Amino acid sequence: MKELNLTACDETLYTVLDEIKAHLKSLDCPEEIMTPILISAEEIYVNIAHYAYGGKQGMAKVNIDVCPDPGICRLVFRDKGIPYNPLEKEDPDTTLSAEERKIGGLGIYFVKEMMDKVEYEYKDGCNILTIEKML
Amino acid sequence: MTVEEIKGENSIQLSVEGQVDTITAPELQQHILTAFQKTKSVILDLGQVGYMSSAGLRALLLGQKTATSKGGTMKVINVQPAVMQVFNLSGFAKVLTLG
Repeated sequence: MKELNLTACDETLYTVLDEIKAHLKSLDCPEEIMTPILISAEEIYVNIAHYAYGGKQGMAKVNIDVCPDPGICRLVFRDKGIPYNPLEKEDPDTTLSAEERKIGGLGIYFVKEMMDKVEYEYKDGCNILTIEKML
Repeated sequence: MTVEEIKGENSIQLSVEGQVDTITAPELQQHILTAFQKTKSVILDLGQVGYMSSAGLRALLLGQKTATSKGGTMKVINVQPAVMQVFNLSGFAKVLTLG
């Protein structure tokens, strides 16, 4: 189990992704499992960095837990920003044409589709988003 | 991520290598928009791209919208399986011109 405490901003994104990647590589996790986990982590972390604190900077805590038996990767993202459950956001219409499409809105949809389990809770002043994927 | 621009007779090919994510997508977007200032036909070679987040899709959508507004085309070639999964999930497989 690894815990990262970071200023949530684009500049710290690779710190998070590199740490997750290192954990997964230590278990010889195949690329086809690792890539969706990394994309999901990026989408959540960038959402915190851009929106959780209403445009101001704040902290994010990321717990990385990769178990070999049973093979599971569990990531927990915490922030003390504006209470917001991203799972309540309506899924984008993926059948629209390029002209009808809005820029953005796909991030949390990817997380829901790519991960096996996604849970949100608001506790002790924290947004807590937990995602899991079987390895 | 690196982007190599190869000028053809009537088109510009952008060969992308590396990860297209929140950090690198704005640079790719800039390359695409700059290419469309020079030509109506842009070819995007993603053969060396194994990772694309929604930030990358944003750049591609803007490129596709630019192509349409200019009466041009943006063709995306050599899409790798991990990126195709993202295209399929998002519906971009039908939005983009894949070759």
